[in-house]
Amino acid sequence: MNSATKGKITDVEELRKVAKKIRINILHMLTQSGSGHTGGSLSAADIATAIYFSKMKFDAANPKWDERDRFVMSKGHAAPLIYAIMAEAGYFPKETIDTLRKVESPLQGHPCCQKLPGIEVSTGSLGQGLSVSNGMALGLRLDNNPARVYCIMGDGEIQEGQIWEAAMTAAHYKIDNLCAVIDNNGLQIDGPVEKIMNIHPIHDKWEAFGWHVIDIDGHDMEAIVKALDEAETVKGKPTVIVANTTKGKGSVIFEGKVEFHGVTPTEDEFNMAVKEINNG
Amino acid sequence: MGERAEAVETMNATSEKKPKATREAYGEALLELGKKRDDIVVLDADLSGSTKTAKFAKEFPDRFFNLGIAEQDMIGTAAGLSLTGKVPFASTFAVFETGRAWDQIRLTVCYSNTNVKLVATHGGITVGEDGASHQALEDIAIMRALPNMNVIVPADAVETTSVIQSVADQIGPFYVRCGRAKVPHVMPDDYEFVLGKAYTFHMGRDVNIVATGIMVDAALKAAETLSDQGIDAGVINMASIKPLDEAVLLEAAQKSKLIVTAEEHSIIGGLGGAVCEFLAENCPVPVKRIGVNDSFGCSGSSSELLKLYGMTAEHMVETIKSSLSI
Repeated sequence: MNSATKGKITDVEELRKVAKKIRINILHMLTQSGSGHTGGSLSAADIATAIYFSKMKFDAANPKWDERDRFVMSKGHAAPLIYAIMAEAGYFPKETIDTLRKVESPLQGHPCCQKLPGIEVSTGSLGQGLSVSNGMALGLRLDNNPARVYCIMGDGEIQEGQIWEAAMTAAHYKIDNLCAVIDNNGLQIDGPVEKIMNIHPIHDKWEAFGWHVIDIDGHDMEAIVKALDEAETVKGKPTVIVANTTKGKGSVIFEGKVEFHGVTPTEDEFNMAVKEINNG
Repeated sequence: MGERAEAVETMNATSEKKPKATREAYGEALLELGKKRDDIVVLDADLSGSTKTAKFAKEFPDRFFNLGIAEQDMIGTAAGLSLTGKVPFASTFAVFETGRAWDQIRLTVCYSNTNVKLVATHGGITVGEDGASHQALEDIAIMRALPNMNVIVPADAVETTSVIQSVADQIGPFYVRCGRAKVPHVMPDDYEFVLGKAYTFHMGRDVNIVATGIMVDAALKAAETLSDQGIDAGVINMASIKPLDEAVLLEAAQKSKLIVTAEEHSIIGGLGGAVCEFLAENCPVPVKRIGVNDSFGCSGSSSELLKLYGMTAEHMVETIKSSLSI
């Protein structure tokens, strides 16, 4: 048995503990690097933790393993989140997280598949991950490969037109080996999403595009796991989980603060946040 | 038998074949490829009748994906398919393939270095009556600027068939530009395309015309006229624009007094740009670029447009004669 199934966490309390560790590592690497995206990494931390550690089949020692489930971080600026998860999952030594955004680091400012094995496709220019996820899902289906594809998008990201092209494609081709998640944290760089360019009603839009839509509290680990389970049972159409989240989730220092989209914590803020996360 | 005589003989041997559009040859090559390999998948954006991917679609419906009028999604989907080991060929008109989806090509094809084959049709002004909105004159430039991308413009049906086989056999991103209009056969029947290698019909002592796509035929005609007038003009088919055949360019520049580039594209950034960049650094010689001179195209028949934009053999002869007399 390879490491794919080893360490699959079914206990929700255990997942919560992992998510805490992920959040602390996100803040650690952002504080170290002095640049990067804090808010959107923290908001999607519970969702990504649940996807990787309760659901996905993967083998960190063999990132190209044929039967692996695929993960695409379409909102590529949440790179610190995926790096924290990959470090936890054993894709690379934990100390590598200290090299975030440094010259010649595999941990580029936005995920780069050519520099970091385990990243399926490079992202960073928004709106592109869902199309790639569709392609992977179609390829797996052609091969009768039972692997599944997970894709996390931002709520601001769905302002990109390509997302809706891909939304049509997934429904048209009845791509049911795909589970998309929208990290609905309500904020984008310039302000509240509904003020900058309203995307609501999110649920109705995706439903109208032919998707099975599940709304959850994106920080309720039990709800996340349940939604991921439900997605696996939906046949003949793609599933999207609209995860209602708080940008910067984990500490009052960052929560709901638009200025922490692309700003990193100071040492003091880091220390305070770690205490808060551990006590939370 | 000299090179030139051989080239003429080659032309005679192939000229009996009927003219054929490179897009037609693409459709047929793709179908053959599909029969041989089940990892070949094809994507189109509602133009499969025109790009000729419909032939493949009819035979292999399970391996064909029409994305509708959504080029950006098509490129991303192609990248995804390649990541599961498929070899996707994604096709639409050159304007839409490269322009509409440039950032998608940049991120998910080139930066991600995925095994995606972009084969566009309707490159250049010989698109004709549809006019400027549909005439790609910048595609070679914007594809060539992308790291990891290979750029190929076949001259005729024979070359297209070989190019399609070649790109399917190689790993990495490729942009292949085909045309709408029927073009004469110029390449020998047994020709095999090699990436980074040009095909030299004849190496000239006075001038060498480095041409690509449909302009290879015009260059051969121009060379013949010039030869009758005592000017030794060579013709090189530079189908592989990226990587360029630098060795043959160096030889051509060293052996003649003038290099002329000829392409159905803007003179900015395409073959002319690539040749100038290389020669300026390695063997500075006078260069004259023939192509569309920093303008959009317009409606008209392809032959009318080639005349209008100064891209005929006759124009090439005049340009070369006046350049040589300076």
